[in-house]
Amino acid sequence: MNTAIASSTARQPTDWNAGPMQRRIRARYRAEKRFRFYGLFAVLLSAGFLAFLLVTMVSSGARGFTQTQIALPVNFAGSDIFLEPSQLEGEDRDQLLAQADFQGLAQQSAIAAYGEEGLDLLSNGAWVLLRDAISADPTLLTRNETLWVPASTEVDFAARGDSGAGQSEERDAMIVRYAELDAADQVRRTLSWNFLTLADSSDPTLVGIWGALKGSLLTMTITLLLAFPIGVLTAVYLEEYAPENRWTDIIEVSINNLAAVPSIIFGLLGLAVFINVFYLPRSAAIVGGLTLALMTMPVIVIAGRNAIKSVPPSIRDAALGIGASPVQVLTHHVLPLSLPGILTGTIIGMSRALGETAPLLLIGMRAFVATPPSGFTDPATVLPVQIFLWSDELDPGFVEKTSAAIIVLLLFLLAMNGIAIWLRNKYEQRW
Amino acid sequence: MSIFSLTIMVIGFAIIAWFTARMRAARLRPVTGERAHSLPGYHGWYVALWLAIPALLFLTIWSIVMPGVVEQSVLLDPAAQALPASDIERSAIMGEARALADGSLTAAFNEEAEALVPAYQEASRFYGVIGIVATLLLAFSCGAYAFLRVRPDFRARNRVERVVMWVLLIASLIAILTTIGIVASLLFETIRFFERISILEFIFGTHWNPQSTTFSDDPGSFGAIPLFWGTILIGAIIAMIVAIPLGLMSAVYLTQYAPAKVRSIMKPVLEILAGVPTVVYGYFAALTVAPAIRDFAVNVIGVSNASSESALAAGVVMGVMIIPFVSSMADDSLAAVPGAMRDGSLAMGATNSETIKRVLIPAALPGIVGGVLLAVSRAIGETMIVVMAAGLAANLTANPFESVTTVTVQIVQLLTGDQEFDSSKTLAAFALGLVLFIVTLLLNIIALGVVKRFREAYE
Repeated sequence: MNTAIASSTARQPTDWNAGPMQRRIRARYRAEKRFRFYGLFAVLLSAGFLAFLLVTMVSSGARGFTQTQIALPVNFAGSDIFLEPSQLEGEDRDQLLAQADFQGLAQQSAIAAYGEEGLDLLSNGAWVLLRDAISADPTLLTRNETLWVPASTEVDFAARGDSGAGQSEERDAMIVRYAELDAADQVRRTLSWNFLTLADSSDPTLVGIWGALKGSLLTMTITLLLAFPIGVLTAVYLEEYAPENRWTDIIEVSINNLAAVPSIIFGLLGLAVFINVFYLPRSAAIVGGLTLALMTMPVIVIAGRNAIKSVPPSIRDAALGIGASPVQVLTHHVLPLSLPGILTGTIIGMSRALGETAPLLLIGMRAFVATPPSGFTDPATVLPVQIFLWSDELDPGFVEKTSAAIIVLLLFLLAMNGIAIWLRNKYEQRW
Repeated sequence: MSIFSLTIMVIGFAIIAWFTARMRAARLRPVTGERAHSLPGYHGWYVALWLAIPALLFLTIWSIVMPGVVEQSVLLDPAAQALPASDIERSAIMGEARALADGSLTAAFNEEAEALVPAYQEASRFYGVIGIVATLLLAFSCGAYAFLRVRPDFRARNRVERVVMWVLLIASLIAILTTIGIVASLLFETIRFFERISILEFIFGTHWNPQSTTFSDDPGSFGAIPLFWGTILIGAIIAMIVAIPLGLMSAVYLTQYAPAKVRSIMKPVLEILAGVPTVVYGYFAALTVAPAIRDFAVNVIGVSNASSESALAAGVVMGVMIIPFVSSMADDSLAAVPGAMRDGSLAMGATNSETIKRVLIPAALPGIVGGVLLAVSRAIGETMIVVMAAGLAANLTANPFESVTTVTVQIVQLLTGDQEFDSSKTLAAFALGLVLFIVTLLLNIIALGVVKRFREAYE
């Protein structure tokens, strides 16, 4: 001890202005700056990834909302379709429309208007629009009418202009042809509602996300109806009434575990239990909703417990003190005060469920669903699964549709999270 | 009358009962002059619950039992005597007759089914009426019983609150049921799988190719080592190489250096990374990142066999997804280090970065390690990124430019084809699921244990 003190007093005071010391200090400050820069770089790089992701999706998806259309003069009166407007007022109109050869009519009209190659200009499903037009206005049958129908994928690609040039001779020829058509005002590129109103199709010019969106809405309805009440009741029980015993411990442990289980495991559970034991219909919104509800419930429980915990005990004591029963304390005070927190957690859990794909693949919600589901037991698909299915398609026309569907999904998530943040900021109370 | 409309009807009656009982209870009070024990609303709830719960319980049981009862009575019908004795044929015809009777089928394939339709319709009408009458009788008798007990001194509140307690308890048991359901379904199918394929072959085998074994169960095709390795390579190595430095440095910058304004903007921005659906990441990885990495590998590094489904593409994108997890765990851990340690270091003349590197991070290390373990468990359970961007070939390679496959990819692959439920392939998916479940669970338990002990050290 003494020697240590002796040696430190014997040492010369540090000369801070000496050259080596100054160099050392400068080096340390440089290291400080470098370290700070690394931190900034990490933040900017992470944010850059996000920006790059979003910009990629938006730039390639924006085109998905538009459609290249081609003018198709149709001579309904002189066609092979021997239907009278009056026939379509009867009850068997659907059957009559289904029997008529609209496909042939579309092909004939295309050949009449654009020659033999007209068949390549038209989308394969263009005849559906002829049928829908007649269904909407039967008097068309007596007239000649020029309709705008979706053009084929090749025309759509040519409409991009030079960016696709030089890849193949056919494409270059099509670009030249498109320029001619454009000059004659026979093609146009418009914003189209079709993408928001149609369902899945094998033809990228005719796909839409309404089917998947409706499936998502049905699935989310089931999820919300199950996960919210069960989650809130569980949170209330654990936070307010649960006695401290082994049962309560088991409940807590299983909820914390469920929150950490990979989502695909819930898919295996749904497959083994809901489909193979309870024989619920495969691919249906009800099975998807049940599976996602089990996945969302722990999220709501954890958020609900935190919200209930943040209500100060003095409020409970005051209510109990003036004679309220435990349930009255809960329904009159604790629940209303913690509701904003519970709702915020619920919305966040629901937005996670809305973006979830893997468990739904396992329970068969990857089926090709060309008509929007009309009930909870119909075969359905959901938005993220639809994105997955389209991303697997070989037809390059699906690329922009996939990105467009991603934009729609991200907008929904953004809206939900925005509501959650707004709720939190508006109603959050500091006690 | 369908079960749905009957349910609605019972609930409607319960609502009416709630109002009448409440009114009656409110009117009783002044007559007797004494203080009522419970508020009128509780009497309303008491009667409504008595009316609805037994009736709905009966309805649930009846809707499960009724199809069997109807079938039995149809089989006793003279028209059913001609049915074939074989169970399979008979049940096919019965199923068809049932579909004809409720109108979901318009034409029969088996002619015997047509003959059974009248009997079917009559039986289901008969038992349907019995069900309706019994439900309504039960509802009214129980409701009446409860209604007669509406008296000022009746402790309706205590009864209703006891029901509330039971409802709360039952709701919280669903979490246990789900856990049991997961463990039971995984274990059950896995045991069946190990009856066919040896467990040692599964865990230590190095050849994975179940798609080749269509008919016979070749045990040599179910060696899961390549899958485990692929999962570790993508989720625990490549993703973490991306996520740990970026997440940790982001947390350090945002907590120690950034002005409050920057922090309040950048923290939510980084959290958006965790909120983007994984299918979007997967699409991004497959469409943009994977081709770029392949071109980079072929043209710049000169790896000729670089795959367009490289482990690197999936791993990097997964790492980006994980950044916010690492960052927020590191953030919490750094914040939990007592301010005195930091102040002491600064007072001794250390620069900020020296304090962070030599004091804060070592002190927060257990928490950071726990966060990283949680992130790893998240990464190896992640499915969509690897399904879309990683390959299907089960290669045992350390080259990040080659294609590897993971446990989750194979689960999806094995269960999305059209095969019967009992094949070794589908059972193998459950075995992989069990392995995944156990590993993620262990990682979580260890991580939470580490974090908890670390927190206690500073409290």
